[in-house]
Formats: sequence, C-alpha cells, structure tokens
Amino acid sequence: MFDVDFILGHLNYWLFTVLMMTGLYIVVAKGNLIKKIVGLNLFQTAVFMFYISLGKVTGGTAPIFPIDMQIDPTVVYSNPLPHVLILTAIVVGIATTSLGLALIVRIREEYDTIEEDEILAIETELVRLENKELGDAMGGRA
Amino acid sequence: MATEHVHVARTFVDHLPILVVLVPFLAAPFTVLIGSRRLAWPIAFLASLASFLISVKLLLQVLDGGVISYHIGGWAPPMGIEYRIDAANAFVLLLVSAIGTIVMPYTVQSIKFEISERHHTLFYTAYLLCFTGLLGVVATGDAFNVFVFLEISSLSTYVLVAMGAKQDKRALTAAYDYLIMGTIGATFFVIGIGFLYAGTGTLNMADIAAYISLHGTDRTIMTAFAFIVVGMGLKVAIYPLHLWLPNAYTYAPSAVTAFLAATATKVAIYVLLRFMFSVFQPEFLFEMNAVRWLMMPLALVAMFAASLIAVFQSDLKRMLAYSSIAQIGYILLGISLLSATGLSGAIVHLFNHGITKAALFMGVGALVLRSGSSFYARIEGMGKVMPWTSFAIVIAGLSLIGVPGTAGFISKWVLVQAAIEQGWWWIALAVVASSLLAIIYVWRVIEVLYMKQPADPTPREAPLSMLIPMWIMALSTIWFGLDTELTMTAARAAADGLLNGFTMGGH
Repeated sequence: MFDVDFILGHLNYWLFTVLMMTGLYIVVAKGNLIKKIVGLNLFQTAVFMFYISLGKVTGGTAPIFPIDMQIDPTVVYSNPLPHVLILTAIVVGIATTSLGLALIVRIREEYDTIEEDEILAIETELVRLENKELGDAMGGRA
Repeated sequence: MATEHVHVARTFVDHLPILVVLVPFLAAPFTVLIGSRRLAWPIAFLASLASFLISVKLLLQVLDGGVISYHIGGWAPPMGIEYRIDAANAFVLLLVSAIGTIVMPYTVQSIKFEISERHHTLFYTAYLLCFTGLLGVVATGDAFNVFVFLEISSLSTYVLVAMGAKQDKRALTAAYDYLIMGTIGATFFVIGIGFLYAGTGTLNMADIAAYISLHGTDRTIMTAFAFIVVGMGLKVAIYPLHLWLPNAYTYAPSAVTAFLAATATKVAIYVLLRFMFSVFQPEFLFEMNAVRWLMMPLALVAMFAASLIAVFQSDLKRMLAYSSIAQIGYILLGISLLSATGLSGAIVHLFNHGITKAALFMGVGALVLRSGSSFYARIEGMGKVMPWTSFAIVIAGLSLIGVPGTAGFISKWVLVQAAIEQGWWWIALAVVASSLLAIIYVWRVIEVLYMKQPADPTPREAPLSMLIPMWIMALSTIWFGLDTELTMTAARAAADGLLNGFTMGGH
C-alpha cells in the first residue's frame, strides 16, 4: 500500500510541505506580530526549497560551462532557471519582511504593544466609542 | 482572425508595450532622487499621462483581435520574457492608466489634508510604483513576471494604506493585516507557478497553454491550478478571502482608496481570467466543474451577504468597501457562467464598477476634506453645503444600483442576459434581488446628504482640482451607460480572445 521508495525519493518535497505548513500555522496561530512575520518567513523559505528542488537533475553538476567553452555533451547540468527565479523571490521576501517590521515599529509607537489581542482590545474600545457617538443615532454600527 | 505581429522592434512604436510599464517605473526613483515636494507631482502626473496615452494607442492596435508580442531584450520566447498585448489586457491597461491619471490631480488637495507633509514626495513614489506594478501584471506574458510585478504593486499598496495613520492609527494595523494576507496569497500564487513549471517545463503563458492542450493535464498541473486560484482569490477578495479589504479601504487615505478600489482588485481579476482561460484551456476548465460549483455559490453569497452588511454601516467609506465585495461577486458570477456573454459581462462590469467606485471614493474624500470624517452622522445635510460633490455621489450611486442610463445598468443587463441564455433564470433573479439591497444602502446615503440639516450650513464646496476628476468619473458612468460602443466592443473582443473561439453548447 505504501510505496516506501516513492515517499523516501521525494523527501525534499515532504520537508517542503512540513516547513510550509509550520510557517503558515505560526502566521495564523501566534498573536505576537513579530512571530507572525517569522512564520511568514518560514513559509516563504519553504517555497524557495521547493523551487531549488525542482532545479535538481539527478547526477547533475553546477551549471557552469568550462572556461574554454569545450562543452562535453555527456556532462549533465542542473537546471539553473529555478535558482534565478528564487533569487528574485528572496529579494521580494526581504522587502516584505522589512516592510512588515517597519509597520510593527509604527504600530508599537501608536498602540504601545505588539500583541494582537491587546491591539484588538484597543480597537474594539475605539469602535465602541465611535458607535456611541456616531453610530447609534444612525441605527447602524460604526 | 488573430494575426501575430512579427517582432522586429525598430521604431519607437514597436517599444510601446514595454514603455507603458517603464515610464512610471523610472519616474518613481526619479521623484525620490530629486527630493522636491513641488516637483514630485508634475513628474508623477506626466509619467502616468504618458502611460495612459500609450495604453490608448495599444488598445487601438489590438481592437481588431490582433496580438502584439514584444520580446524583452530581443530574447525570443519561450526563453526570453515576452510582453503580450491582446484585447483583454489592453482594455485593463486602459482602465488602470486612465484611473491612475485622473486620480492624480485629485491627490494634491486630498493628501495635503490627510497625509503629513514630510511623506508627500514618498507618497508619489509609492503611487507610481503601485501604478507600475499593476500595469506590469497586466502587460506581461510570463507567469513568473506576473508574481514580481504583483509584489511590486502589493508592497507599495501596503505603504500607501499605512499612510492613512495620520487620520486614524488603525490604518497601521489594516496595512499589517493586508501585508500578512497579501503575502500568503502571493506565496500561494508562486507555489502554483512552481508546480506549473514542474509540470510543463516553461514559464511563458502561451507556451504553457500550448503544452497543456497538447499533453493534457496531470495531477501536478491541477495542483498548480488550485494554488493559483486560491492565491489570486486572496488578492481579488473572493468572498471568504475578503477580510483584509474593509479595513484597508476604510483607513487608507481617500485618494489611495479611490485608486485601489478601481484598479487593484480589477487587475487581480484579470490575472485570474488570464490563468483560467488562456493558460489553462477552457476545455480543461469544464472538466473541472468545481470552478462552477465553487465559484458561483461564493459569488452569490458575496452579492447578498456583503450588500446586507453594507446596509447596516454608519460610515460611508466602510459601506462602499463592503459594496465593493458585493460587486466583485457580480464579476465572479459572470466568470463562473463560463460563456462568451457571461465573460464579456464580467469584463464590462470590471470596467464599469472601476469608474463608478472611483467616482464614489473621490466624493467621500471631498466630504472628508470639508467635514473631517465620513461617518453618516458627520456628513448630514452636506447636499446643501457641497452641492456638486453630493450630486456626483448621487450619480455614481445610481450607477452602483444599476439604474438604466448608467454604466452599472449595462453590465448587470449583460449578466442577466448571460444567465437567461443558459436557462438559469434564478441567477438572473438573484442579480436583480441583490440590486434591491444596493438601492437600500445608496438611499441611506442620499437621505443623509439631502434630507438632514447640516450642522454648519455655510457653503464650502471642494476645490476644483478635486471636483473635476470626480465629475469626469461621474459623467463617464453616464457616458458609458448611454454609449456602449467602446466598452462592449472591447469586452466582446476580450472575451472572444480569452475563450479563443471556443463556444459552449448547453451546460
């Protein structure tokens, strides 16, 4: 029933899946804003692993041609394209992380906390005040 | 019918497909380097105007069903990156660049009030980057390139939303939530592209499509489809994935909301369309009835639930945000009908809803400028204080309902036609019934604006730089409601191009 070779042969994909799910779980389950960003990073890194796995060719070497350009057709090269794509994705990931951290700094300045439940409590209070002042008369909720 | 222009880029005109993206892209760092608050606006305006003119030229070139294929750096696809312009994306390019350009004069007075002064230069930089990203997503024919441009536009969008922090600190948490959800969506999308690459060995969209139609599909490609639809669904704000939208639209500066509401979700819908119909073949899609049985119920739920929530809001801006979710439901409904008429209905509603919402959010921005807030309780009686702004809101509101003679009517009419064409009269009834909910929430606005006494009855109309863009949008909702030549021709051409001559018999 279980194809052991299939499971072991795709070990890198299993790792990718586990890492991805771990990251996604942290983003959803943790209340600390910085921990969420860390989870997001794990999630993105898992995708990098996935792409790099795709580029692996069995028995392939680094895709660098010899300096004299005497290319031996029997030599197998790995696929460099996914690596190039992931360089771009890494840059995007760094930009996202830094923007997220910058936002957290600003949030801490304004709310004096980076715990989601405390922020939520502050915002609920704000909405309650708005409702009292502006919403009730209009028969709706602010 | 579909003639492919052989690519030899010799003249200036041959380079237009890249220039439409490149001009705002280069102008963005330029505004920072010059660093002058006074010069930032003219640079940004000229760049967006140039993009707009190029988009008009591109649309005229492809309206007959032709395709422009531009090879970046002269590298032929599928190895090189290709920019591929056909009727569908030329139409969306036109929408994005037109809105981007028309909102630009509006920003001057609006951000003076809503954003602190030291951020003004950077506001235009972020605006241009967002504009570049949206245009790039639409123009490119390379799957990974879509992801890169998507992230350029998304990252600058988060910055733009966070700039609302001067008005309300909740803009920061709204931007943070948007960042988390948007990144999860984009990462899902990039996983999908990875699976597509694993399954087909290419990243060029036309090449992927050719591979799939030749070799059929397998589990890898179906997984890719699922990841791409869910990832893009987050950016589109398909009903259960819409949670980022209300806060982001409510707390972003008004000019940003006007621009984003009209373009960002629309571009995401375009990507969804492009992948569902051009990359994955319609035949393949029909095998996957899941799309119909998943997307149509979600679209219907969005149409009713979001409209119902909108009825009970007491903040005009938040009400319009919920109404946007409902209107996205209409567009998805048109897509899920999987017919040429349904698809052209979706595309024309994408355009019409874009201009309607731009007019409405610009109106809200003008009200905020004079009354300090968009709560109903604060804008009571503004019809007497700001007659021009209020009347523009009324016109756009009528278009939101779908009153005959406005743009909103045309697209709903096509949607109803598409539903009846397939014999699904109850879908047609649902479209009409949810429009009744729209009457309620638009009527509440009219009641607040015209039938209450203003707190301070001195007339103080919004400045002309805000009124003129607002009225261009409001009048164009009427124009495109009466003269449907341009929108319907372009939408038909786009739908035919997407379905690629494939017609559905029955269901």
